[in-house]
Amino acid sequence: MASKVLAGKTVEVNEEGFLVNPADWTKEIAAELAKEEGIAELTEAHWKVIDFSRQSAGTTGAAPTLRGITSGSGVSTKELFSLFPKGPAKKVAKIAGLGKPEGCV
Amino acid sequence: MEEKQRKMAFICSKGTLDMAYPALIMGWAALGNGIDVTLFFTFWGMDLINKHRVDKLELAPVANTSMKMSMMGVKTGNLGIPNIMGVLPGMTAFASKLMRDKIADLDVPPVGEFMQMLVDAGAHMYGCKMSVDMMGLTKDDFIPGVEDIVTAAEFIDMTEDTQIIFI
Repeated sequence: MASKVLAGKTVEVNEEGFLVNPADWTKEIAAELAKEEGIAELTEAHWKVIDFSRQSAGTTGAAPTLRGITSGSGVSTKELFSLFPKGPAKKVAKIAGLGKPEGCV
Repeated sequence: MEEKQRKMAFICSKGTLDMAYPALIMGWAALGNGIDVTLFFTFWGMDLINKHRVDKLELAPVANTSMKMSMMGVKTGNLGIPNIMGVLPGMTAFASKLMRDKIADLDVPPVGEFMQMLVDAGAHMYGCKMSVDMMGLTKDDFIPGVEDIVTAAEFIDMTEDTQIIFI
């Protein structure tokens, strides 16, 4: 467990850089985490996915799976993979300040 | 230093409902983790890319020692489905429906829809030349997303530095 300064706030992150406490998350932190993941700017479409994931995790207690995101938010598989290229499963969860998705599909 | 791109290839050689899913689920997980994914369909696995067959895959209870009566919700422990029952007309359709419902309960899509998800997520799909010839298929029989028909040697060439999983 390590602490890290993100958007001017000291937060705890795990060895893969995921926030340990989802309550530490802010939109500014999301933007910084996105940059770490190679996404220069979070657009409205990105936020649709992030907001959905935060809401879903608020209800279920775990980050949604990719299938959960596409069937719940209305964002298509193609769009999801182009918004978060090279591995949306971890990227979405990390940027949204959640743990890794639990579930296979 | 630029990290080396991890690549995985799945050889799908089975056309039963239960054996269709492992490659789909692992392939999807790999794509979600940013891994390059190739699927090569051969022999009975051709059913997964055959648009006339993909949504009609079945599971036969005959000689399936893992399929127990308890799957039907009857608390019978290790009691299997007797093979003699499995040969009755309609038993294969019944077992297949049971499995499809169980899969759908987990919000896992049917095979046809799952194949489209993989294509949309960037998976590369190829049909086996020998199987195509043997079964008298053409590209018109395939679902969208199958990029080409390739020989075994071509597949071997294109999967250098790739982790290969045979199913």
